[in-house]
Amino acid sequence: MNGVNGVTRVAGTAPHQAPSPPAVTPEAGRLAARLGYWLRRPGLVLSVLVVGAVLTAAILPELFTSRDPLTGVPAEKLRGPSAEHPFGTDQLGRDLFARTVHGAALSLRATSLAVAVGLVAGSAMGLLAGALGGRVDDVLMRCADVLLAIPALLLSLAIVTALGFGTTRVAIAVGVTSVAGFARVMRAEVLRVRGTVYVEAAHAAGARRHSVLLRHVLPNAAGPVLVFAAVEFGAVVLAVSALSFLGYGAEPPTPEWGSLVSEGRDYLAGAWWLTTFPGLTIAATVLAANRIARAWEGEER
Amino acid sequence: MARFLARRIVQSVLVLWASFTLAFVVLYLLPSDPVAIMAAGGGEASAVTDEQVAELRETYGLDQPAWRQYLERLADAAHGDFGQSVANGEPVGRVIAESLPATLQLAGCALLVAALGGGGLALAATWVRRGWLRQALLSLPALGVSAPTFWVGLLLVQLVSFRWGLLPAFGNEGWDAIVLPAITLALPVGSVLAQVFAKSLRTALAEPYAETAWAKGASPARVHLGHAVRNAALPPLTVLGLLLGNLLAGSVVVESVFSRTGLGRTTATAVNSQDIPMVLGIVSFGALVFVLANLLVDLLGPLLDPRLAAERAERAVPA
Repeated sequence: MNGVNGVTRVAGTAPHQAPSPPAVTPEAGRLAARLGYWLRRPGLVLSVLVVGAVLTAAILPELFTSRDPLTGVPAEKLRGPSAEHPFGTDQLGRDLFARTVHGAALSLRATSLAVAVGLVAGSAMGLLAGALGGRVDDVLMRCADVLLAIPALLLSLAIVTALGFGTTRVAIAVGVTSVAGFARVMRAEVLRVRGTVYVEAAHAAGARRHSVLLRHVLPNAAGPVLVFAAVEFGAVVLAVSALSFLGYGAEPPTPEWGSLVSEGRDYLAGAWWLTTFPGLTIAATVLAANRIARAWEGEER
Repeated sequence: MARFLARRIVQSVLVLWASFTLAFVVLYLLPSDPVAIMAAGGGEASAVTDEQVAELRETYGLDQPAWRQYLERLADAAHGDFGQSVANGEPVGRVIAESLPATLQLAGCALLVAALGGGGLALAATWVRRGWLRQALLSLPALGVSAPTFWVGLLLVQLVSFRWGLLPAFGNEGWDAIVLPAITLALPVGSVLAQVFAKSLRTALAEPYAETAWAKGASPARVHLGHAVRNAALPPLTVLGLLLGNLLAGSVVVESVFSRTGLGRTTATAVNSQDIPMVLGIVSFGALVFVLANLLVDLLGPLLDPRLAAERAERAVPA
């Protein structure tokens, strides 16, 4: 129904506009086009708002809640959602909304660290492979294949076994599993950029190999790699929270998204809100992050 | 074909060797002192006496230089011997073999759910004519990929088991106990399958042969099932080969959510007690599953698309 209306409207206005020259200035036109882009994508707008809210909660949790995430009021334990406690309270009378908001900081820090590990290590690997070629390329890319051969969760569990538990270690473990993906994207981009005319021109002008690599190849290859980082973000949030749910993340009183869900497990039959709201927060964040990444991916092409 | 197969098998063995090596490096070389970790069993390292540590070192051959340990373990692993669990002294191979059937059952059911659900959803989305319904169907997989599996499992338990009392919430007993875990495990894999299959179906339906079939007056069922599905099946099959290992890994979370026994539970226990030989065995097994799944997909490909067999034969001759 919607699509049909849209088509007729466009068809109706087209002959009107065609003869008259554009009355608006180019800037206003661009602004209108940009506004139109967002208006046509309400889901994307919502996604940006969700991710923005989560990022704000991670940096300034006080903006969202004044309650303490660690101390509870025993008299108010296991209360359902209400105006006072939007997400309800847990078995110690702690406000679940406050715990979820404060949990964002730890969970997002772990996610950012994991993505950074993958981005830096993977990009370095892909840059070397693509730039040097030959045997180095072969060896590095076979290493990437092997990283992909071990199921991601098992590989990160092995790393957690070796390094021990804790949010930072979990983040590193998850980051390592995304190295291979970054390496592949970076290598493909480097190979693409290396074949362009401006790189050839830089070489012909006598620029040194590493300066061409850093000044011309890297900046032009960075775009798709950053898009891939955005694509990975959602998956990394899920991986980090799964390890946290299994109990390899932060120590008990500290709230983390995954461990909040696992803490609520024991009260599954009576207090549904204890697992539902933290899980919903994770799902909404991942969904929004994936939506933004997809839109960005579409723009890059 | 024989030549193609031989080359793929050699490649697979190489990948297995490299995965074992990577896992060994992570587990034995990354920690400053693997013995202390194993002796502590997930607790504080200081709780162990020096004699105990020395004894462990000898029992597990950790007093030898790393390269010796590596070669010995590699030789043993090639014979299927992954040493003994530190937690209970049982052979790692036997523990894996004993806990595997329950997980295979779960993963098998999940695979079925994922293939039927994901495939069905993709087919339905390309079949329906209403734009909004198609959009709604196509946006479902995005939800499936975004929801954490452990949360989905707990939601299902809450609703289906506790509120409606339809299916058991926990345990391994009976076929009705496998329904919820299988659905939970299938959700992320099925969602990815649906996305890939929907895309390849769209491509197939835009091909001239689909147009010809429509023009000849074929029914929608004939065009979709008779022409498009088989041609569109290869991309999801390839993705499935890559995701099969994830099904195994996902059992770690799902078996923990539903309190089931199996390889996933064994893995979680091994990680909790930092049982290094056990984890090495399980990770190597995970790589084996990945390699076998991809080998299987490579063999199934030509059955779906005979052009692949011809291509491979052509490529094998000059090389």
